[in-house]
Order: sequence, then C-alpha cells, then structure tokens
Amino acid sequence: MATIDIHPHTTTHHDDHAHEHEHHHGNFWTNYVFSEDHKVIAKQFLITGMIWALIGGVLSVLFRLQLGFPDADLSWLKPILGGWLTPEGKIDPEFYLALVTMHGTIMVFFVLTAGLSGTFSNFLIPLQVGARDMASGFMNMLSYWFFFVSSVIMFISLFISTGPASGGWVIYPPLSALPQAMQGSGLGMTLWLVAMAIFIASSLLGSINYISTVINMRTKGMSFTRLPLTIWAFFFTAIIGILSFPVLFAAALLLIFDRSFGTSFYLSDIYIGGEALPNQGGSPILFQHLFWFLGHPEVYIVLLPALGITSEIIATNSRKPIFGYKAMVGSMLFIAILSFVVWAHHMFVTGMNPFLGSIFTLLTLIIAVPSAVKIFNYVTTLWKGNIRFTSAMLFSIGLVSFFLTGGITGIFLGNSAIDIQLHDTYFVVAHFHLVMGSASFFGMVAGVYHWFPKMFGRMLDEKLGYIHFWLTFVGVYLVFFPMHYIGIAGFPRRYYSWTNFETFSGFADLNMLVSAAAILTLSAQFIFLFNFIYSIFRGKVAPANPWNSNTLEWTTPRNPGHGNWPGEIPTVYRWPYDYSKPGAKDDFIPQHIPYSETPESNFPHENELIKLELNNETIKVEGKHGH
Amino acid sequence: MLTLIIVVGILLVLGILFLIFRIGNLVGLVKGKEEDVAESNSVHAYLFILFMIASLVGFFWYSYAHFDSYTLPVASEHGELTDYLFWVTMAVTVVAFVLIFVVMFWFTFKYRYDKNRKADFVADNHTLEIVWTVIPAIVLALLIFSGLRAWNDITDEASKEAAVIEVIGQQFLWTARYPGKDNLLGKHNYQLIDASNEFGLDLRDQNTFDDFKSLELHLPKGKEVKLVIRAKDVLHSVFLPHFRVKMDAVPGMHTTFKFVATKSTADMRSETGNPNFNYEMACTEICGRGHFSMRFPVFVHDSVEDYEKWLYSQDAWLKQNPDYLKQVPAELREAAFVKAGIPLSSQEVLTAAPVSVTLN
Repeated sequence: MATIDIHPHTTTHHDDHAHEHEHHHGNFWTNYVFSEDHKVIAKQFLITGMIWALIGGVLSVLFRLQLGFPDADLSWLKPILGGWLTPEGKIDPEFYLALVTMHGTIMVFFVLTAGLSGTFSNFLIPLQVGARDMASGFMNMLSYWFFFVSSVIMFISLFISTGPASGGWVIYPPLSALPQAMQGSGLGMTLWLVAMAIFIASSLLGSINYISTVINMRTKGMSFTRLPLTIWAFFFTAIIGILSFPVLFAAALLLIFDRSFGTSFYLSDIYIGGEALPNQGGSPILFQHLFWFLGHPEVYIVLLPALGITSEIIATNSRKPIFGYKAMVGSMLFIAILSFVVWAHHMFVTGMNPFLGSIFTLLTLIIAVPSAVKIFNYVTTLWKGNIRFTSAMLFSIGLVSFFLTGGITGIFLGNSAIDIQLHDTYFVVAHFHLVMGSASFFGMVAGVYHWFPKMFGRMLDEKLGYIHFWLTFVGVYLVFFPMHYIGIAGFPRRYYSWTNFETFSGFADLNMLVSAAAILTLSAQFIFLFNFIYSIFRGKVAPANPWNSNTLEWTTPRNPGHGNWPGEIPTVYRWPYDYSKPGAKDDFIPQHIPYSETPESNFPHENELIKLELNNETIKVEGKHGH
Repeated sequence: MLTLIIVVGILLVLGILFLIFRIGNLVGLVKGKEEDVAESNSVHAYLFILFMIASLVGFFWYSYAHFDSYTLPVASEHGELTDYLFWVTMAVTVVAFVLIFVVMFWFTFKYRYDKNRKADFVADNHTLEIVWTVIPAIVLALLIFSGLRAWNDITDEASKEAAVIEVIGQQFLWTARYPGKDNLLGKHNYQLIDASNEFGLDLRDQNTFDDFKSLELHLPKGKEVKLVIRAKDVLHSVFLPHFRVKMDAVPGMHTTFKFVATKSTADMRSETGNPNFNYEMACTEICGRGHFSMRFPVFVHDSVEDYEKWLYSQDAWLKQNPDYLKQVPAELREAAFVKAGIPLSSQEVLTAAPVSVTLN
C-alpha cells in the first residue's frame, strides 16, 4: 500500500504539466487570485460574502432608521446618501424601496447563496469526501469570478443616479418592467438583471462541480451512507440549484425582452404616465410562477447548507452521534423534492386560480413534517450529550431555535385561508427572517467558527465569539419577534411610513425597539469582523483537530496545500458520527480509523466488517496496479 | 467640531476595548491553561435557561397585556372564520413551540459538559421517530382540511345577488366604480382611458351608462359584496384589514373577492369606543414611490336600504361627463339618457354627428 504513493498533483492536473508546475512555485496571482484550489476559492467566496453581508446589514439599518425613528433628522448621513435625503433630512420614499430591494437581493443571493453555499460547499466537499480538489478546478475558479463580476455590477448599481432596482427583491413586473413606474426600474433594474444572469451562471458552474465531486471523487470507503450530513446537504442544495436557477434565468430573460425589445410576456393593458402602452396578452402572474419556481427552492438552497453545517457541529459538540442519520438524509431529500411543488404558496392572493391555492396549501403543509423531524432530531442529539459550548455550537443552537420559532409561523402562512390576512404583512417578514434569514446566517457564522482553524490554521478568539453570539442571538429575537405582533395587526410590508392610516397608527414603540435592536445586532457583527481579521494573522495556532472531530478534513495538515493531503488520501472505514462510542478510549473515532484497530468498541456487525476492510486493501492494491 | 469629538471618542473607546482584549489574551497565555473545554462552558448553559425563561415570560406577558393593540376587530363573515382558524392554529403551535423550546434549552442546560460523564451513544430510535413524524402529520392534516374548507368557501363564486363593485388601483390611488341600478359593470378598455374617462369605459356597451365613480368604498352591511379588482399600471393589492380581505390588482385581468360585511361604520364606532373610527383600504403590493400612501376610505352603511339609498342618489359617470355622449352609438343614445338619468332637455349637447370609437 505504501509503495503506491500518488503524488497529490498528478491526480488533479494529470493532463496539464505546465499548469501543475505553476502550482508548485505559483506567484501571488495564481495562488490567491486566479486560484483553482477549492480552499482558496472558498475563502474568496467567504470574504466577498462577508463584505456583502456588511453592505446588506447597513442597508437594513438605514431603512430601520426611517421606520423606527420617523421623525429623526438624518442629515448627518448626507455625505453617504447625498441626494437620496429629502431637504428635511428624511430618506426619500423611493430610495427607501431601493434599500429594501437591495437588502433582500444581497442577503438572499449574494450572502446566503454565494457566501454560504459557495464557501462551505467549496471548502468542505473535497475535504470531507476525501478528494484532492473539485472535479473541475477551472470551472470552480470560473464560478467565483462570475460571482465576482456579478457582484461588481450589482455594487455599481447602488451608485447610479437613478438608484438601484427598487421594485422589491421579487422584482414583479410591470413595476420592474416600466421605467415610467419608478426610477429604479430604469438602469438600476437593467444592472440587476445582468448581475443576476451572471450570478446564475456562477451558481450553476458551482453546483455542477459540487454534484460531480460528491458522486465521483469520494475516497475509498466513503460510501454515500458514510457521508457527513454537511455533504448530503450541499449535495441536495446543488441539485436544487441546478434545477431551479435556470428557471429564474428564463424569467429574467423574458423580463429583459419585455423591457428592451417590446415583447409582452408579462405586460398587458397598461395605462401609465398618460399613455396606453401597446403591450397586450401578457400576464404578470406568469412571472410570479417562474420567479417562485426558483424563489421557493431558493429558501432551501439557503437553508439546507446551514442545516448540514449545524448537524455536523451539534453532533461534534454534543459528543454524540447525530440522532437519526437516515431520517436526517431522508427529510432533506423529501424537503428537496417538495421544495419544487410548493412555490405558489407565495401567490395565494395574487389572482391565481383558487383551486391551485388548495393544492399548494396541501403540499406546503406536508413540507412542515420533514422540517419538524429535523428539529426533533437536533433536540434529541442534545439529549444525553456532553455539550461543549464552543462559539460554533452556540450559533448552531441559535439556528435550531430560529428554525423552530420561524418555522412554526409557516403553518399559518401555508394555510391559504389564514394567509389572506397575513400575506405581505410584517408577519411574513418575521417568519422568513427567522426561519430562513437568521437561521441560515447563524449556520454560516457557526461554520466559520468551526472551520476557521482549517481555513487559516489559527483559532478564532472564543471569548469574542461568545460576546458575538449572545448579542446577535438576543438582538435577532428582539428584531424579528415583535414583528409578529405588528403583522397580526395588519401592518403591510415595504411601507415607508404608516401614518397615512388610522388602522396602522400604533406600534411606534415596537418599531423603535426593533430598529434599536437592529443597530445593536449590526454593531455586534463588527466584533466578529475584528475577530476574523485579527485571528487570521494573530490568532492562536490551531491544533490538528481542535474539536476532536471525526470527519476527514481534520486529517490534513494544519495548512493543507493544493491537493489537501501530502501523502495518500485516507481511506474511510466508518460513518462520521462515532462519538462517545461505548468501550472506546477517546470520545471520538475518526472516519479513517479501521474497525480492526478498535476491537474494544466495535459492535458485532462491525466486527464482521473487519474482514471486508482487509479485502478492501487487496482490491485497492490490485486496482492501483491496473492503472 | 462635534462630529470630530464624537469620532475621536469612538476611536478611543475602540482602542480601549482592543487593549482589554489584548491583555486578556496575554493573561490567558501566561496562565497557560490548555483545557479541552473552557471554564465558561456552564455559563452558557445558565444563560440559555435565563434566555428561555425571559423570552417566554416576555412573549406571554406582551401577548396578554397588549392583546387589543395587535388584534384588529373583525367585521366580515368569513373573517370570523379565518380568525377562528388563526387562533386555533395559534393554540396548537404555541403548545408545540413552548414544548420544544423548553425541552431544547433544558437539554442544553442539563447535558452541559461534565468531564466525569460520557455522552450516550444513541444513534436512532425508530419508534420515537415514527411517533414524531406521524403526530405532526395528523395535526397538520386537521389544520389543512379545516383551512381548505374555509378557503373553498371564500373563493367560491359570488352569488348572483351580490352587490358588484369594481375597485381600480393605479399609482397611487384607488377608485371605485359602481354598476348603478342594473348591478352590471359596463365594458371597459384601457385604450379608451383619458383624463376624464379614467375607467376607460366603452360607451358602446349599454351597461356603462349608469356606472358611477366613487372616491370612497361604500359597502352594505349584511349583504354579499363582490369586489372586481383591476389595476391600470402596475400590481397593487386590495387590503381591507378589518374585513380580512386581500386580493391583488393585476393589469390585464380581473381578480375578485366576495365577502359580507357584518358591522357598519357606526357599529364599529360604538364597539371600539372611537367616534372617529373609519374603515380603511390599503395597498399591500409594492407599487412604487407612493405605495405607503394609497389609503382608500371605506364606509359601511347600517343596512342594505341605506346602501341602496346612497347608491341611487349618485350621479352616473355619463351624466357628469355629458361630452362623452358623443361616443354612444346613435341607436343607444336614448337608452343612455334614461339610464344615466340625464334630463331630456340637455339633449342639445349632442349636436355633432356620432363619433366612432376606434380601437387598435
């Protein structure tokens, strides 16, 4: 076995010698900028995602200032906002909508899709399945740079004189199709569509890579049933992405046609600006169907990776196997399938045929079952564990708590009859910010705390992590929980101010609380930002396996090079959740430890496997000779 | 100057925080403690319990003490039903929520790290898993079916007797068109819209003659109303919060919503003890700059008779805009005069030959 040592680079770049050479003595550009190493690409996604998160967060605080302190004089923001402030020092109502729109777009796509999936799928898939790199390093690099270009275009759109896209992150036409309807539907919307088209290309390139890597490049012994739940989650996420993002692309393309080439896919019978437009026969509802055909699976594209990360972290830090591994995989599969047939629950009162509403109510509430199963499994994993509250663990528990709090309100919204009143109110805002926004964000942050040592070879400061967690955890609840009350009272979302209505005249106090909590929560993120940057350079040097974890990434050197393992890729002999196994001397047995080395803790059926392990060795050697 | 002082102050505070952090780190290094699990581990367990209790107390206290401020009185038949479903769902979910919430944080507390203990190797338990899959499935099924029955009734066809009212959204105001005595809305075409003919009435259709415009939504109490909803420019959404009515206004198509108001404006004034109470309609689909200002006043008459009295007292649109009689085909003119309630003496308005309406 030891005689057949594969050189790490020959497997990844076997047909490109010149290229391989570069990676040995690569310069700054090939090592850090146009790198094909999945780990570098992951870090690029992470850092870009963090910058976007900061921008998205600042935008939300800006519009929360308007909602929480409607009488405040914001003239001090003049240097940043310039003409977007009215002479009285208020945010311009149209710019308010731009803020809301861009906050949504940035958070959903650039932070929680690219920043989360892009970072952790890239980083963890090869490391945890035991591969030298992604199936196609080049495509992977391309995926980041498409994302980068898309980011630059979206970023530029924030600064143009007519403002960025402002029709809500769902960009429903005709509002988004007609520059006459609002300023933001001019150049801002064009840039939005271009940026998103490129973003979709990036996402597809990434997803194809994730899927092929998971299917084809698992190391010896890494059967599907031995995959960590993180990988299962990334795998399902990528499949959902591949199936749904092209539909958004189609939707966007048709919208581009309507905007620029005079087609009428979404437009009909419109009289605007003193003029009857010639467009006839289109349907705005068609766009909504196409949009939500991506839009709903998107929720799970955002959520599943976070749930996968949490599964891993909760099991590791409870020192217990994840409860119901098969049920976890099964529920993710079920969620992935169902996520494609629930989209119209966003459209109960949009004029869609009510019969469709009944069907989608039924399907929507079915999806609550696997989601509930996941929560029960997390809680039961904690049960009789021996819980270490690392920062990552705290954020994971926070995630489960948000997933519960926000998920349960989905039962109201998924029920079409109840949704009539709650649709497009703050109840919805509270629901999805908790279940999807905050939960996924916590998953992402938990992932950073957990895998930072592997990314940068140093530890994040745990104490700062604790402060970051508690401020954020309490802050998020204070921001989003009060919104349930505001929503039950009927307050519509995307309102610049409610003072025009007697019905919505109350809750100035709660809105102020929400805004103050939002500012607190955003401020707390700077602690994390400091911790992150400081620890990259000055953090405590990370041990090989800081969390005593079972998965393969912890068998690599402290700073793994391109190719991940200097020697042969470890073979996998067991599932990743042998924590606190009875009889074992440590409370964890990594995946690459054969059963033959742990006779003291093996179950009877595992002893049977020892024979197979030996066979495996011979098969492997023969296989290698065959090459 | 003040800004400068604030900036310097913030920088100083940040500097001090950084120093504290550095010193803390150095002290840690000097102590040289290298433990697997931080001493502070239990602190988090206690904080979680504290958080759990504080948040549940806050939740129940606020929900109870401020009940009236976040619940809108309901004023429609189906609204009473959907409110009932809402509160049933609330009861079920709050029980589930509190149960899981408490158990979860209790576990994080109870099973916090103890170096003398080892976690139990529990990988699965099929009975438990089946139970907690089946129970939510049954509960959800019950909620779904009661919801679907209500949904089907609410979205069912309106009865023939229902009072038909058209509501039209545009940037950034609402208008209502009433069908007049015939209870039939006349045809309209968006290409006929102009400064006066804001509905785009197609005056070749007799049913338009008695249609009239209202800048306030008048509703009868105790009689079914069928709202016919459309939009002129972009999406809007009709939201009548007290009636639990919401339906998008979509350019190029009609949407409908039927309901029965159960409380007149006067009823509501005495119920809420607010003599100035008024029903309102709002827009709940983002429609541009003035989205937040699309308020449409709503008035519910005490009885069907009152409503009809109001209805019959309104002038037809055609009567208010006699110029448009030119667009009425000659053979229908007389009918137009009768239906629109225009005195025959004003017939001389029609001097010119009939103008043909062209539609492309």
